[in-house]
Amino acid sequence: MADSGSMKGLTRRDLLKIVTLSGGGLALGWVWPARAETNEPAAPRSPDPFEPNAWINIHADGRIQVRLARAEMGQGVMTSLAMLLAEELEVGLDQLQIEPAPVAPAYVNYLLGEQATGGGTSTRDAWNTLREAGALARTLMIAAAAQTWGVPESECRARRAQVHHADGTRRLTYGELAATATRLPAPSSVELKAKPDWTLIGTSPRRLDTPLKVRGAAHFGLDVRLPGMLYATIARCPVIGAQISGWNGQAAHAVPGVIDVFAVRYGIAVVAETSWAALTGHARLEVECRPRVNTAVTTERLHSRLRIGLNGRAPVALKEGDVSRALARAALEIESVYEVPFQAHACMEPMNCTADVRPDGCDIHVPTQSPAATRETARHLTGLSAERIRVHTTFLGGGHGRRREQDFVQDAVELSQRLGRPVQVIWTRADDLQHDYYRPMTLHRLRGGLDAAGEPVAWFHRVVGPSVLARRDPGRLRDGIDSLMTDGAVSLPYRLPHRRLEYRRADTPVPIGLWRGDGHSHNAFATECFLDELARAGGRDPLELRRQLLAESPAHLALLDRLAEYWAAPVPEGQGRGLALVEAMGSRLALLAEVSVEDGKIRARRFVAVLDGGQVVNPDAVRAQIESGIVFGLTATLKGAITFSDGQVEQADFGDYPLLRFDEMPEVESILIDSDAPPGGVSSIATPAVAPAVANALLALLGRPFRTLPIRL
Amino acid sequence: MIHLTLNGEPQALALDPATPLLWVLRDHFGLTGTKYGCGEGACGACVVWLDGEPVKSCSTPLSAVEGRSVQTIEGLSPDGRHPLQLAWVLEEVPQCGYCQSGQIMTAAALLARHPRPSDEQIDAAMSEVLCRCGSYGRIRRAIHRAATPEVQGG
Ligand code: FES
Ligand code: FES
Repeated sequence: MADSGSMKGLTRRDLLKIVTLSGGGLALGWVWPARAETNEPAAPRSPDPFEPNAWINIHADGRIQVRLARAEMGQGVMTSLAMLLAEELEVGLDQLQIEPAPVAPAYVNYLLGEQATGGGTSTRDAWNTLREAGALARTLMIAAAAQTWGVPESECRARRAQVHHADGTRRLTYGELAATATRLPAPSSVELKAKPDWTLIGTSPRRLDTPLKVRGAAHFGLDVRLPGMLYATIARCPVIGAQISGWNGQAAHAVPGVIDVFAVRYGIAVVAETSWAALTGHARLEVECRPRVNTAVTTERLHSRLRIGLNGRAPVALKEGDVSRALARAALEIESVYEVPFQAHACMEPMNCTADVRPDGCDIHVPTQSPAATRETARHLTGLSAERIRVHTTFLGGGHGRRREQDFVQDAVELSQRLGRPVQVIWTRADDLQHDYYRPMTLHRLRGGLDAAGEPVAWFHRVVGPSVLARRDPGRLRDGIDSLMTDGAVSLPYRLPHRRLEYRRADTPVPIGLWRGDGHSHNAFATECFLDELARAGGRDPLELRRQLLAESPAHLALLDRLAEYWAAPVPEGQGRGLALVEAMGSRLALLAEVSVEDGKIRARRFVAVLDGGQVVNPDAVRAQIESGIVFGLTATLKGAITFSDGQVEQADFGDYPLLRFDEMPEVESILIDSDAPPGGVSSIATPAVAPAVANALLALLGRPFRTLPIRL
Repeated sequence: MIHLTLNGEPQALALDPATPLLWVLRDHFGLTGTKYGCGEGACGACVVWLDGEPVKSCSTPLSAVEGRSVQTIEGLSPDGRHPLQLAWVLEEVPQCGYCQSGQIMTAAALLARHPRPSDEQIDAAMSEVLCRCGSYGRIRRAIHRAATPEVQGG
């Protein structure tokens, strides 16, 4: 990790590249070794083969373009990442033109191993890269000015895209300096600004996307309009994993505006001149599924399948001490089973993609978290070389992990290729809810032993559930352990002398994938609830017990200390108060929940979150992510779940898959701990903490544990 | 032929009168600020004004608009400086932003009727519009801010 304010070698020095833009400007970025591109056929040389890898283009006319290589899906990366670059480049955010990056090796997210956005990685990945890019460009500008004026660099200072000389009279803009700068040798080291000199990092400037979003002018995937574009819907077989066996498209065809109805790889497509005609045709389509698979899938059966995995042998993900012996010797042993259901993403913008496949190339306009995978998908389907496929990432109307997938891209590319015209594929809300890659269902068996003083001495946890990595990234499975399924359960921060974690893989036919918080979202529910049950069994205060188990971990204690006064305050009449602690993505969060039960309904009234997320880049954006994560988690805690009967998802709309509503919004107070450590991820950390904090508050209020999500009284 | 006033401009169009207003706006007028979230009146992403009243445009057939005035997010203010838009910026309400046209149009109708709405009035008006990103707390603050002209400048 880079130290602020020190001369240092560049993280990616040998790969730095500076080239001249037409018109005399400067482009700065990184070139990656051919690794990522080796299996791609040689491309016809474009005039400036490097330019697609540039992070910063400084044009002679003064325009400063920067590339946004991560998806803006609400988490504020457009602003936060621009801040990192602008801080070191010494430009104002208002002086930058931000444009979405194409797919290119320079934009790989090293924490995800591909050009993608998710899992709270964006700021962590960019922390050094973007600051160094900005500092390099600034260093070059200063060197160019010093050379022009024949003065030492130490007499030159950069500010708001200009270099000023100490004499107070001479100054040159970056645009004026760009041509000179391209002729200078590339710096071999760079000085990052020291923290006290920061003017942007740590502040909350206005978000760059907000003005567009309050005028309805931000363009999402469904807002893409291309000349000659058609609209399409695709009816899929409602039974998971099954295909449509027969269909009658007459009524759909008769809808004015519908151009064609035909079978495609994943269902029956209705192609039309307008969105509305495509949707109407979709509704009129008669499809028949005589599935031979999965027709007997019900939630109960899936549940029974997982239940089997609670017993018998299972691969061990972590072993410390000797749990069996410690349990046998414990003064008291308790055991609990926790149940976590499938959940959908329910992004507010339903899945969609617009593709324009031509014989000589292809453009894909899509709200995606994975533009590189999008290009790969298109390459496979069209046979075009990667260089001929351009991915244009729009604003995302929510992502939450869903938009790492490629199903909607496949739909659009296949249709555009077949029709020879641009096609926008629109998923209906029902399509979106019924054909998701869900957060997996899991069961958890926990056993804990207390000594005579009520202190936990043994901790056993078995996670049972399907493997997410088995489909997404099977190479990362190790000895039967899916790390996405054990996330958070492995790295439990508490000092427990005897601990054992097992993962029993129990696959189901239900498509599963990434979901805000991933494994933390189910494991934190089990572990943090069980800790409260242990506290109760041992007659201990939940916060005090945590403090004791974290005695050797000052960073965690600091979180709990900040919550102590809230914890000590009298609990309002009729309310319960609960606590949960989550460590994920390089951040830690302690969450306090206050809940009440009114007219037989659980109501979350207030949350207090204390976050140690390393260096805070943009405090307001971090607070917004805490609020957002809490609402996302609360929906999964109190509202619905995805369930199955006859092999079909039973939820098709916001009536049977309700989201938290405005009048159910709890008060949220966020406390950010100041830290000099590199930034951690914050977009997903609050979500996993909500269910256990609420369940623990209900345990305190009602005196009985709640071990099944969503929570029902 | 159906006649309507759209963001202050008279318009006439010959379309199936059953076409939902949402798709008339998006497909025929290219006004994509109004969003599709569910198409069945359950999310509020598509809220526009019909004679000043908030309606879910996905559930409003074109026939219901005959002779009436429709206002969309694009027509709320000429320059994005409606008090609510300013307050939305100051409170940094939007996250992904997809629901926000519906939120703002719903809130603007509320303010037109109740210039200083109570929390209960805000709850009643805003609970029809879903936000998966959880911007509700900020929406409430922004409505109060917009309703209090002395703090609008922020
Ligand atoms: S799209 Fe109209 S209410 Fe959802
Ligand atoms: S801001 Fe994303 S749904 Fe409301």
